[in-house]
Amino acid sequence: MITNERELPGLMAGFVATVKRDLLLAWKRPGDVLNPVVFFAVVSTLFPLATGASPEQLEFSGPGVLWVAALLATLLSLNSLFLADYEDGSLDQFVVSLQPLPMLALAKALAHWLTSGLPLLLVSPLVAVSFRMPAEAIGVLIVTLLFGTISLGLVGSIGAALTIGLHRGTVLLSLLILPLAMPILILGARTVSLAATNETYSAGIYFLAAYAVAALALAPFAAAAALRISYE
Amino acid sequence: MGGLAMDGYGAYVWSCFALTLAVFVFNEWRARVRHRSVYKQIEVRVKALEGRQ
Amino acid sequence: MWNYLHKMASPPHFYRLAKILIPWLVLPGALLIAYGAYAGLFVAPPDYQQGDAFRIIYVHVPSAYLSMMAYMIMAISAGIGLIWRIKLAHAVAAGAAPVGASFTILALITGAVWGRPMWGTWWEWGDPRLTSELILLFLYFGYMALRNAIDDTAKADKASAVLAMVGAINVPIIHFSVQWWSSLHQGPTLIRQGGPAIDNEMLYPLLAMIVGFTLVFAALLLRRVRAEVLYRERRTNWVRELILSPRGDG
Repeated sequence: MITNERELPGLMAGFVATVKRDLLLAWKRPGDVLNPVVFFAVVSTLFPLATGASPEQLEFSGPGVLWVAALLATLLSLNSLFLADYEDGSLDQFVVSLQPLPMLALAKALAHWLTSGLPLLLVSPLVAVSFRMPAEAIGVLIVTLLFGTISLGLVGSIGAALTIGLHRGTVLLSLLILPLAMPILILGARTVSLAATNETYSAGIYFLAAYAVAALALAPFAAAAALRISYE
Repeated sequence: MGGLAMDGYGAYVWSCFALTLAVFVFNEWRARVRHRSVYKQIEVRVKALEGRQ
Repeated sequence: MWNYLHKMASPPHFYRLAKILIPWLVLPGALLIAYGAYAGLFVAPPDYQQGDAFRIIYVHVPSAYLSMMAYMIMAISAGIGLIWRIKLAHAVAAGAAPVGASFTILALITGAVWGRPMWGTWWEWGDPRLTSELILLFLYFGYMALRNAIDDTAKADKASAVLAMVGAINVPIIHFSVQWWSSLHQGPTLIRQGGPAIDNEMLYPLLAMIVGFTLVFAALLLRRVRAEVLYRERRTNWVRELILSPRGDG
Protein backbone atom coordinates (compact mmCIF):
# COMPACT_ATOMS: atom_id res chain seq x y z
CA MET A 1 0.00 0.00 0.00
CA ILE A 2 1.28 3.45 -0.82
CA THR A 3 2.54 5.16 2.28
CA ASN A 4 5.01 7.62 0.83
CA GLU A 5 3.69 10.47 -1.32
CA ARG A 6 6.68 10.29 -3.58
CA GLU A 7 5.67 6.79 -4.56
CA LEU A 8 2.20 7.85 -5.63
CA PRO A 9 1.35 6.85 -9.18
CA GLY A 10 0.07 9.62 -11.40
CA LEU A 11 -3.59 10.09 -12.26
CA MET A 12 -3.22 8.55 -15.67
CA ALA A 13 -1.45 5.52 -14.27
CA GLY A 14 -4.23 4.94 -11.77
CA PHE A 15 -6.88 5.37 -14.42
CA VAL A 16 -5.24 3.01 -16.86
CA ALA A 17 -4.54 0.44 -14.17
CA THR A 18 -8.21 0.38 -13.18
CA VAL A 19 -9.40 0.00 -16.74
CA LYS A 20 -6.85 -2.73 -17.41
CA ARG A 21 -7.86 -4.59 -14.30
CA ASP A 22 -11.54 -4.57 -15.17
CA LEU A 23 -10.84 -5.59 -18.75
CA LEU A 24 -8.70 -8.46 -17.53
CA LEU A 25 -11.42 -9.59 -15.17
CA ALA A 26 -13.96 -9.41 -17.98
CA TRP A 27 -11.65 -11.37 -20.24
CA LYS A 28 -11.59 -14.16 -17.72
CA ARG A 29 -15.35 -14.28 -17.63
CA PRO A 30 -16.48 -13.86 -21.19
CA GLY A 31 -20.02 -14.69 -20.15
CA ASP A 32 -20.28 -11.30 -18.51
CA VAL A 33 -19.61 -9.66 -21.83
CA LEU A 34 -21.64 -11.99 -23.97
CA ASN A 35 -24.72 -12.16 -21.80
CA PRO A 36 -25.94 -8.60 -22.40
CA VAL A 37 -25.27 -8.96 -26.10
CA VAL A 38 -27.23 -12.18 -26.33
CA PHE A 39 -29.93 -10.62 -24.20
CA PHE A 40 -30.12 -7.76 -26.66
CA ALA A 41 -30.58 -10.11 -29.57
CA VAL A 42 -33.11 -12.25 -27.77
CA VAL A 43 -35.23 -9.31 -26.59
CA SER A 44 -35.22 -7.87 -30.08
CA THR A 45 -36.60 -11.18 -31.29
CA LEU A 46 -39.42 -11.08 -28.77
CA PHE A 47 -41.14 -8.16 -30.42
CA PRO A 48 -41.70 -9.57 -33.89
CA LEU A 49 -42.77 -12.84 -32.28
CA ALA A 50 -45.30 -11.11 -30.08
CA THR A 51 -46.62 -8.51 -32.47
CA GLY A 52 -46.49 -9.99 -35.92
CA ALA A 53 -43.75 -9.64 -38.48
CA SER A 54 -45.09 -7.97 -41.56
CA PRO A 55 -42.38 -5.93 -43.27
CA GLU A 56 -44.09 -2.62 -42.59
CA GLN A 57 -44.48 -3.42 -38.92
CA LEU A 58 -40.85 -4.43 -38.65
CA GLU A 59 -39.57 -1.34 -40.37
CA PHE A 60 -41.80 0.84 -38.31
CA SER A 61 -40.98 -0.66 -34.94
CA GLY A 62 -37.33 -1.50 -35.60
CA PRO A 63 -35.67 1.61 -34.16
CA GLY A 64 -37.80 1.55 -31.04
CA VAL A 65 -37.44 -2.15 -30.42
CA LEU A 66 -33.69 -2.11 -30.88
CA TRP A 67 -33.31 0.85 -28.60
CA VAL A 68 -35.48 -0.65 -25.86
CA ALA A 69 -33.53 -3.89 -26.12
CA ALA A 70 -30.24 -1.99 -25.88
CA LEU A 71 -31.52 -0.05 -22.88
CA LEU A 72 -32.61 -3.19 -21.06
CA ALA A 73 -29.37 -5.01 -21.88
CA THR A 74 -27.36 -2.08 -20.54
CA LEU A 75 -29.50 -1.96 -17.42
CA LEU A 76 -28.89 -5.64 -16.87
CA SER A 77 -25.14 -5.29 -17.18
CA LEU A 78 -25.08 -2.32 -14.81
CA ASN A 79 -25.90 -4.49 -11.86
CA SER A 80 -22.48 -6.03 -11.90
CA LEU A 81 -20.62 -2.74 -12.26
CA PHE A 82 -19.66 -2.54 -8.63
CA LEU A 83 -21.02 -5.80 -7.33
CA ALA A 84 -18.00 -8.06 -7.75
CA ASP A 85 -15.67 -5.48 -6.24
CA TYR A 86 -18.07 -4.85 -3.40
CA GLU A 87 -18.33 -8.52 -2.58
CA ASP A 88 -14.64 -9.25 -2.49
CA GLY A 89 -13.69 -6.05 -0.72
CA SER A 90 -11.73 -4.39 -3.47
CA LEU A 91 -14.27 -1.58 -3.63
CA ASP A 92 -13.21 -0.60 -0.13
CA GLN A 93 -9.73 -0.05 -1.49
CA PHE A 94 -11.09 2.18 -4.20
CA VAL A 95 -12.97 4.33 -1.74
CA VAL A 96 -10.05 4.86 0.61
CA SER A 97 -7.48 5.09 -2.14
CA LEU A 98 -5.46 8.27 -2.54
CA GLN A 99 -6.54 8.44 -6.16
CA PRO A 100 -9.52 10.74 -6.69
CA LEU A 101 -12.66 8.64 -6.52
CA PRO A 102 -14.45 10.35 -9.44
CA MET A 103 -11.60 9.34 -11.67
CA LEU A 104 -11.77 5.75 -10.54
CA ALA A 105 -15.53 5.79 -11.08
CA LEU A 106 -14.94 7.07 -14.60
CA ALA A 107 -12.36 4.34 -15.20
CA LYS A 108 -14.80 1.68 -14.11
CA ALA A 109 -17.51 3.18 -16.29
CA LEU A 110 -15.16 3.16 -19.27
CA ALA A 111 -14.20 -0.45 -18.74
CA HIS A 112 -17.84 -1.30 -18.35
CA TRP A 113 -18.67 0.42 -21.61
CA LEU A 114 -15.89 -1.38 -23.40
CA THR A 115 -17.29 -4.69 -22.26
CA SER A 116 -20.99 -4.03 -22.70
CA GLY A 117 -21.75 -0.91 -24.73
CA LEU A 118 -19.19 -1.52 -27.41
CA PRO A 119 -20.23 -5.13 -28.08
CA LEU A 120 -23.82 -3.91 -28.35
CA LEU A 121 -22.73 -1.37 -30.94
CA LEU A 122 -21.00 -4.05 -32.96
CA VAL A 123 -23.91 -6.49 -32.86
CA SER A 124 -26.66 -3.94 -33.49
CA PRO A 125 -26.29 -3.78 -37.28
CA LEU A 126 -26.86 -7.52 -37.52
CA VAL A 127 -30.10 -7.32 -35.58
CA ALA A 128 -31.08 -4.12 -37.38
CA VAL A 129 -30.85 -5.85 -40.74
CA SER A 130 -33.41 -8.39 -39.54
CA PHE A 131 -35.74 -5.45 -39.00
CA ARG A 132 -35.23 -4.33 -42.58
CA MET A 133 -33.55 -1.13 -41.53
CA PRO A 134 -32.11 0.87 -44.43
CA ALA A 135 -28.33 1.30 -44.46
CA GLU A 136 -28.27 4.98 -43.56
CA ALA A 137 -30.55 4.36 -40.62
CA ILE A 138 -28.25 1.61 -39.42
CA GLY A 139 -25.40 4.08 -39.46
CA VAL A 140 -27.48 6.49 -37.42
CA LEU A 141 -28.39 3.62 -35.10
CA ILE A 142 -24.75 2.96 -34.39
CA VAL A 143 -24.02 6.61 -33.73
CA THR A 144 -27.02 7.04 -31.43
CA LEU A 145 -26.17 3.83 -29.61
CA LEU A 146 -22.62 5.06 -29.20
CA PHE A 147 -23.68 8.23 -27.40
CA GLY A 148 -26.58 6.48 -25.77
CA THR A 149 -24.68 3.59 -24.22
CA ILE A 150 -22.01 5.98 -22.96
CA SER A 151 -24.67 8.16 -21.33
CA LEU A 152 -26.57 5.20 -19.94
CA GLY A 153 -23.43 3.64 -18.54
CA LEU A 154 -22.47 6.86 -16.79
CA VAL A 155 -25.89 7.68 -15.38
CA GLY A 156 -26.29 4.02 -14.53
CA SER A 157 -23.06 4.04 -12.56
CA ILE A 158 -24.64 6.61 -10.23
CA GLY A 159 -27.61 4.33 -9.69
CA ALA A 160 -25.38 1.30 -9.25
CA ALA A 161 -23.32 3.17 -6.64
CA LEU A 162 -26.47 4.14 -4.75
CA THR A 163 -27.85 0.61 -4.65
CA ILE A 164 -24.75 -1.42 -3.83
CA GLY A 165 -25.55 -4.25 -1.49
CA LEU A 166 -29.17 -3.28 -1.06
CA HIS A 167 -31.84 -5.91 -0.76
CA ARG A 168 -33.46 -6.41 -4.18
CA GLY A 169 -30.94 -3.98 -5.56
CA THR A 170 -31.47 -5.14 -9.14
CA VAL A 171 -35.08 -4.12 -9.41
CA LEU A 172 -34.47 -0.96 -7.45
CA LEU A 173 -31.63 0.00 -9.77
CA SER A 174 -33.91 -0.38 -12.77
CA LEU A 175 -36.63 1.69 -11.10
CA LEU A 176 -34.16 4.46 -10.37
CA ILE A 177 -32.46 4.51 -13.75
CA LEU A 178 -35.39 4.07 -16.13
CA PRO A 179 -37.03 7.50 -15.69
CA LEU A 180 -33.62 9.10 -16.10
CA ALA A 181 -32.97 6.97 -19.18
CA MET A 182 -36.21 7.91 -20.91
CA PRO A 183 -34.90 11.08 -22.58
CA ILE A 184 -31.97 9.10 -23.97
CA LEU A 185 -34.33 6.44 -25.24
CA ILE A 186 -36.63 9.01 -26.81
CA LEU A 187 -33.81 10.88 -28.49
CA GLY A 188 -32.08 7.73 -29.70
CA ALA A 189 -35.03 5.77 -30.99
CA ARG A 190 -36.81 8.69 -32.63
CA THR A 191 -33.64 9.92 -34.30
CA VAL A 192 -33.17 6.52 -35.90
CA SER A 193 -36.84 6.54 -36.95
CA LEU A 194 -36.35 9.89 -38.61
CA ALA A 195 -33.32 8.56 -40.44
CA ALA A 196 -35.29 5.52 -41.59
CA THR A 197 -37.96 7.74 -43.12
CA ASN A 198 -35.44 10.08 -44.71
CA GLU A 199 -36.15 13.11 -42.56
CA THR A 200 -33.57 15.35 -40.95
CA TYR A 201 -32.16 13.69 -37.89
CA SER A 202 -29.13 15.80 -37.01
CA ALA A 203 -30.82 17.55 -34.08
CA GLY A 204 -31.21 14.28 -32.23
CA ILE A 205 -27.60 13.34 -32.76
CA TYR A 206 -26.37 16.68 -31.47
CA PHE A 207 -28.48 16.37 -28.35
CA LEU A 208 -27.35 12.84 -27.68
CA ALA A 209 -23.75 13.91 -28.10
CA ALA A 210 -24.31 16.82 -25.74
CA TYR A 211 -25.91 14.53 -23.19
CA ALA A 212 -22.97 12.14 -23.40
CA VAL A 213 -20.47 14.95 -22.93
CA ALA A 214 -22.38 16.34 -19.97
CA ALA A 215 -22.61 12.87 -18.45
CA LEU A 216 -18.87 12.35 -18.91
CA ALA A 217 -18.21 15.59 -17.11
CA LEU A 218 -20.69 15.29 -14.25
CA ALA A 219 -21.64 11.69 -13.62
CA PRO A 220 -18.29 10.53 -12.16
CA PHE A 221 -18.61 13.10 -9.38
CA ALA A 222 -22.11 12.03 -8.53
CA ALA A 223 -21.08 8.36 -8.68
CA ALA A 224 -18.14 9.04 -6.38
CA ALA A 225 -20.40 10.86 -3.92
CA ALA A 226 -22.82 7.94 -4.08
CA LEU A 227 -20.01 5.45 -3.46
CA ARG A 228 -18.87 7.33 -0.40
CA ILE A 229 -22.41 7.46 0.91
CA SER A 230 -22.89 3.75 0.35
CA TYR A 231 -19.74 3.10 2.27
CA GLU A 232 -20.45 4.95 5.45
CA MET B 1 -72.44 29.08 -17.83
CA GLY B 2 -71.84 25.78 -16.17
CA GLY B 3 -74.70 24.27 -14.31
CA LEU B 4 -74.72 21.00 -12.51
CA ALA B 5 -74.81 19.02 -15.75
CA MET B 6 -72.08 21.02 -17.46
CA ASP B 7 -73.45 20.37 -20.91
CA GLY B 8 -73.10 16.65 -20.41
CA TYR B 9 -69.52 16.78 -19.14
CA GLY B 10 -70.76 16.85 -15.57
CA ALA B 11 -69.38 13.50 -14.52
CA TYR B 12 -65.93 14.38 -15.79
CA VAL B 13 -65.72 17.81 -14.24
CA TRP B 14 -67.25 16.98 -10.88
CA SER B 15 -65.24 13.80 -10.45
CA CYS B 16 -62.05 15.78 -10.95
CA PHE B 17 -62.99 18.35 -8.36
CA ALA B 18 -64.07 15.64 -5.96
CA LEU B 19 -60.79 13.80 -6.49
CA THR B 20 -58.88 17.01 -5.75
CA LEU B 21 -60.70 17.43 -2.49
CA ALA B 22 -59.99 13.79 -1.71
CA VAL B 23 -56.27 14.29 -2.30
CA PHE B 24 -56.17 17.25 0.07
CA VAL B 25 -58.09 15.39 2.73
CA PHE B 26 -56.02 12.24 2.26
CA ASN B 27 -52.72 14.06 2.70
CA GLU B 28 -53.96 15.90 5.76
CA TRP B 29 -55.29 12.72 7.29
CA ARG B 30 -52.11 10.72 6.62
CA ALA B 31 -49.95 13.45 8.11
CA ARG B 32 -52.08 13.60 11.22
CA VAL B 33 -52.15 9.84 11.63
CA ARG B 34 -48.38 9.66 11.34
CA HIS B 35 -47.92 12.51 13.77
CA ARG B 36 -50.24 10.98 16.29
CA SER B 37 -48.69 7.54 16.12
CA VAL B 38 -45.15 8.88 16.42
CA TYR B 39 -46.25 11.05 19.34
CA LYS B 40 -47.89 8.14 21.13
CA GLN B 41 -44.86 5.91 20.67
CA ILE B 42 -42.57 8.54 22.13
CA GLU B 43 -45.00 9.30 24.92
CA VAL B 44 -45.10 5.67 26.01
CA ARG B 45 -41.34 5.44 26.13
CA VAL B 46 -40.78 8.77 27.83
CA LYS B 47 -43.43 8.19 30.46
CA ALA B 48 -42.02 4.73 31.16
CA LEU B 49 -38.55 6.20 31.64
CA GLU B 50 -39.95 8.89 33.89
CA GLY B 51 -41.86 6.34 35.96
CA ARG B 52 -38.74 4.28 36.49
CA GLN B 53 -36.78 7.17 37.94
CA MET C 1 -29.69 37.30 9.29
CA TRP C 2 -27.46 34.27 9.58
CA ASN C 3 -28.55 33.95 13.18
CA TYR C 4 -32.13 33.81 12.02
CA LEU C 5 -31.36 31.17 9.40
CA HIS C 6 -29.42 29.21 11.94
CA LYS C 7 -32.39 29.31 14.26
CA MET C 8 -34.65 28.23 11.43
CA ALA C 9 -32.58 25.14 10.91
CA SER C 10 -33.17 24.04 14.47
CA PRO C 11 -35.76 21.29 14.67
CA PRO C 12 -37.52 22.40 17.84
CA HIS C 13 -37.87 25.90 16.53
CA PHE C 14 -39.25 24.65 13.24
CA TYR C 15 -41.65 22.35 15.06
CA ARG C 16 -43.17 25.20 17.02
CA LEU C 17 -43.13 27.69 14.16
CA ALA C 18 -44.74 25.28 11.73
CA LYS C 19 -47.64 24.67 14.05
CA ILE C 20 -48.35 28.40 14.17
CA LEU C 21 -47.96 28.83 10.43
CA ILE C 22 -50.26 26.05 9.31
CA PRO C 23 -53.61 27.77 9.97
CA TRP C 24 -52.28 30.97 8.37
CA LEU C 25 -51.66 28.97 5.22
CA VAL C 26 -54.77 26.81 5.22
CA LEU C 27 -57.34 29.58 5.69
CA PRO C 28 -56.28 31.94 2.91
CA GLY C 29 -55.55 28.91 0.72
CA ALA C 30 -58.96 27.40 1.27
CA LEU C 31 -60.65 30.73 0.58
CA LEU C 32 -58.75 31.20 -2.65
CA ILE C 33 -59.60 27.68 -3.72
CA ALA C 34 -63.24 28.23 -2.84
CA TYR C 35 -63.36 31.38 -4.93
CA GLY C 36 -61.39 29.80 -7.78
CA ALA C 37 -63.55 26.69 -7.84
CA TYR C 38 -66.80 28.64 -7.73
CA ALA C 39 -65.76 31.12 -10.38
CA GLY C 40 -64.15 28.44 -12.50
CA LEU C 41 -67.17 26.19 -12.37
CA PHE C 42 -69.99 28.69 -12.60
CA VAL C 43 -68.80 32.12 -13.66
CA ALA C 44 -66.21 31.58 -16.36
CA PRO C 45 -67.77 31.23 -19.81
CA PRO C 46 -67.55 27.81 -21.46
CA ASP C 47 -64.70 27.29 -23.88
CA TYR C 48 -65.72 27.67 -27.51
CA GLN C 49 -64.04 24.38 -28.43
CA GLN C 50 -64.29 22.22 -25.34
CA GLY C 51 -67.47 23.46 -23.75
CA ASP C 52 -67.70 22.91 -20.05
CA ALA C 53 -65.13 20.12 -19.98
CA PHE C 54 -62.32 22.69 -20.00
CA ARG C 55 -63.21 23.55 -16.40
CA ILE C 56 -61.04 20.63 -15.36
CA ILE C 57 -58.18 23.01 -16.07
CA TYR C 58 -58.91 24.62 -12.72
CA VAL C 59 -57.68 21.55 -10.88
CA HIS C 60 -55.41 19.99 -13.48
CA VAL C 61 -53.05 22.91 -14.00
CA PRO C 62 -52.53 23.76 -10.32
CA SER C 63 -51.86 20.13 -9.42
CA ALA C 64 -49.42 19.70 -12.31
CA TYR C 65 -47.63 22.91 -11.33
CA LEU C 66 -47.43 21.79 -7.73
CA SER C 67 -46.17 18.33 -8.63
CA MET C 68 -43.22 20.05 -10.29
CA MET C 69 -42.70 22.52 -7.51
CA ALA C 70 -42.80 19.78 -4.89
CA TYR C 71 -40.07 17.93 -6.74
CA MET C 72 -37.93 21.05 -6.87
CA ILE C 73 -38.47 21.65 -3.16
CA MET C 74 -37.55 18.04 -2.53
CA ALA C 75 -34.40 18.20 -4.62
CA ILE C 76 -33.28 21.60 -3.30
CA SER C 77 -33.82 20.79 0.35
CA ALA C 78 -32.17 17.40 -0.13
CA GLY C 79 -29.23 19.20 -1.70
CA ILE C 80 -29.08 21.69 1.16
CA GLY C 81 -29.17 18.82 3.61
CA LEU C 82 -26.40 16.99 1.78
CA ILE C 83 -24.09 19.95 1.21
CA TRP C 84 -24.57 21.87 4.45
CA ARG C 85 -25.52 18.85 6.54
CA ILE C 86 -28.73 20.32 7.89
CA LYS C 87 -30.94 17.55 9.25
CA LEU C 88 -34.11 19.60 8.96
CA ALA C 89 -33.57 19.96 5.23
CA HIS C 90 -33.54 16.19 4.85
CA ALA C 91 -36.78 15.99 6.81
CA VAL C 92 -38.37 18.48 4.42
CA ALA C 93 -37.27 16.42 1.44
CA ALA C 94 -38.67 13.26 3.01
CA GLY C 95 -41.96 15.01 3.70
CA ALA C 96 -42.27 16.56 0.27
CA ALA C 97 -42.04 13.27 -1.60
CA PRO C 98 -45.38 11.65 -0.75
CA VAL C 99 -47.29 14.91 -1.00
CA GLY C 100 -45.66 15.70 -4.35
CA ALA C 101 -46.35 12.21 -5.63
CA SER C 102 -50.03 12.45 -4.74
CA PHE C 103 -50.34 15.75 -6.60
CA THR C 104 -48.63 14.11 -9.56
CA ILE C 105 -51.16 11.29 -9.51
CA LEU C 106 -53.92 13.90 -9.26
CA ALA C 107 -52.54 15.74 -12.27
CA LEU C 108 -52.36 12.49 -14.24
CA ILE C 109 -55.88 11.37 -13.40
CA THR C 110 -57.44 14.79 -14.02
CA GLY C 111 -55.48 14.96 -17.25
CA ALA C 112 -56.77 11.56 -18.32
CA VAL C 113 -60.36 12.39 -17.35
CA TRP C 114 -60.06 15.66 -19.26
CA GLY C 115 -58.70 13.80 -22.24
CA ARG C 116 -61.57 11.35 -22.43
CA PRO C 117 -64.23 13.72 -23.77
CA MET C 118 -61.63 15.56 -25.83
CA TRP C 119 -59.79 12.76 -27.56
CA GLY C 120 -62.04 9.79 -26.92
CA THR C 121 -59.28 7.91 -25.09
CA TRP C 122 -58.25 7.82 -21.47
CA TRP C 123 -54.64 8.35 -22.35
CA GLU C 124 -52.91 10.16 -25.16
CA TRP C 125 -49.22 9.43 -25.43
CA GLY C 126 -48.91 12.35 -27.80
CA ASP C 127 -49.63 14.89 -25.11
CA PRO C 128 -46.19 15.97 -23.89
CA ARG C 129 -47.41 17.29 -20.56
CA LEU C 130 -49.10 14.05 -19.56
CA THR C 131 -46.12 11.94 -20.59
CA SER C 132 -43.67 14.21 -18.73
CA GLU C 133 -45.95 14.05 -15.70
CA LEU C 134 -45.88 10.26 -15.84
CA ILE C 135 -42.09 10.20 -15.93
CA LEU C 136 -42.08 12.61 -12.98
CA LEU C 137 -44.23 10.14 -11.07
CA PHE C 138 -41.68 7.42 -11.78
CA LEU C 139 -38.98 9.73 -10.45
CA TYR C 140 -40.96 10.17 -7.24
CA PHE C 141 -41.45 6.43 -6.91
CA GLY C 142 -37.76 5.80 -7.43
CA TYR C 143 -36.90 8.33 -4.74
CA MET C 144 -39.33 6.82 -2.25
CA ALA C 145 -38.23 3.29 -3.11
CA LEU C 146 -34.59 4.16 -2.48
CA ARG C 147 -35.45 5.77 0.84
CA ASN C 148 -37.38 2.70 1.88
CA ALA C 149 -34.62 0.34 0.86
CA ILE C 150 -32.02 1.89 3.15
CA ASP C 151 -32.54 1.31 6.83
CA ASP C 152 -30.20 3.84 8.29
CA THR C 153 -31.94 7.24 8.20
CA ALA C 154 -28.82 9.33 7.66
CA LYS C 155 -27.60 7.10 4.85
CA ALA C 156 -31.05 7.05 3.27
CA ASP C 157 -31.13 10.84 3.45
CA LYS C 158 -27.82 11.21 1.66
CA ALA C 159 -28.37 8.54 -0.98
CA SER C 160 -31.82 9.83 -1.87
CA ALA C 161 -30.42 13.36 -1.94
CA VAL C 162 -27.99 12.36 -4.68
CA LEU C 163 -30.82 10.71 -6.57
CA ALA C 164 -33.10 13.74 -6.15
CA MET C 165 -30.45 16.11 -7.45
CA VAL C 166 -29.65 13.92 -10.45
CA GLY C 167 -33.39 13.71 -11.11
CA ALA C 168 -33.82 17.48 -10.83
CA ILE C 169 -31.11 18.07 -13.41
CA ASN C 170 -32.85 15.62 -15.69
CA VAL C 171 -36.33 17.15 -15.38
CA PRO C 172 -35.76 19.92 -17.95
CA ILE C 173 -34.11 17.35 -20.23
CA ILE C 174 -37.12 15.08 -19.86
CA HIS C 175 -39.50 17.92 -20.64
CA PHE C 176 -37.55 18.96 -23.66
CA SER C 177 -37.16 15.48 -25.10
CA VAL C 178 -40.83 14.60 -24.59
CA GLN C 179 -41.83 17.91 -26.16
CA TRP C 180 -39.61 17.20 -29.17
CA TRP C 181 -40.93 13.66 -29.41
CA SER C 182 -44.54 14.71 -29.39
CA SER C 183 -43.97 17.55 -31.85
CA LEU C 184 -42.73 14.98 -34.34
CA HIS C 185 -46.21 13.70 -34.91
CA GLN C 186 -48.32 16.66 -33.82
CA GLY C 187 -50.53 14.88 -31.34
CA PRO C 188 -53.46 16.67 -29.72
CA THR C 189 -52.59 18.56 -26.58
CA LEU C 190 -54.64 19.37 -23.55
CA ILE C 191 -53.82 23.04 -23.43
CA ARG C 192 -53.34 24.90 -26.64
CA GLN C 193 -49.84 26.27 -26.69
CA GLY C 194 -49.93 29.89 -27.81
CA GLY C 195 -53.63 29.74 -28.47
CA PRO C 196 -56.01 32.70 -28.39
CA ALA C 197 -55.42 34.96 -25.41
CA ILE C 198 -57.24 33.58 -22.42
CA ASP C 199 -59.75 36.11 -21.23
CA ASN C 200 -59.76 37.43 -17.69
CA GLU C 201 -62.91 35.72 -16.57
CA MET C 202 -61.18 32.44 -17.25
CA LEU C 203 -57.77 33.52 -15.98
CA TYR C 204 -58.49 34.95 -12.54
CA PRO C 205 -60.05 31.82 -11.10
CA LEU C 206 -57.08 29.85 -12.46
CA LEU C 207 -54.59 32.14 -10.76
CA ALA C 208 -56.58 31.94 -7.55
CA MET C 209 -56.53 28.17 -7.74
CA ILE C 210 -52.79 28.07 -8.35
CA VAL C 211 -52.02 30.32 -5.39
CA GLY C 212 -54.61 28.59 -3.20
CA PHE C 213 -53.23 25.16 -4.05
CA THR C 214 -49.72 26.35 -3.25
CA LEU C 215 -50.75 27.63 0.17
CA VAL C 216 -52.59 24.45 1.03
CA PHE C 217 -49.67 22.38 -0.26
CA ALA C 218 -47.34 24.34 2.00
CA ALA C 219 -49.60 23.60 4.95
CA LEU C 220 -49.74 19.89 4.08
CA LEU C 221 -45.97 19.84 3.71
CA LEU C 222 -45.44 21.54 7.06
CA ARG C 223 -47.69 19.08 8.80
CA ARG C 224 -45.92 16.17 7.21
CA VAL C 225 -42.49 17.55 8.06
CA ARG C 226 -43.55 18.16 11.66
CA ALA C 227 -44.36 14.48 12.02
CA GLU C 228 -41.10 13.60 10.31
CA VAL C 229 -39.08 15.88 12.60
CA LEU C 230 -40.78 14.48 15.67
CA TYR C 231 -39.85 10.98 14.60
CA ARG C 232 -36.25 11.81 13.80
CA GLU C 233 -35.75 13.71 17.04
CA ARG C 234 -37.62 11.21 19.18
CA ARG C 235 -34.67 10.56 21.49
CA THR C 236 -33.69 14.15 22.11
CA ASN C 237 -34.23 16.20 25.20
CA TRP C 238 -36.40 18.82 23.64
CA VAL C 239 -38.87 16.17 22.54
CA ARG C 240 -38.84 14.59 25.93
CA GLU C 241 -39.62 17.90 27.57
CA LEU C 242 -42.31 18.57 25.02
CA ILE C 243 -44.06 15.32 25.83
CA LEU C 244 -43.76 15.82 29.55
CA SER C 245 -44.86 19.43 29.54
CA PRO C 246 -48.46 20.01 30.66
CA ARG C 247 -49.61 21.27 27.28
CA GLY C 248 -48.27 18.19 25.57
CA ASP C 249 -48.01 18.66 21.82
CA GLY C 250 -46.21 21.85 20.96
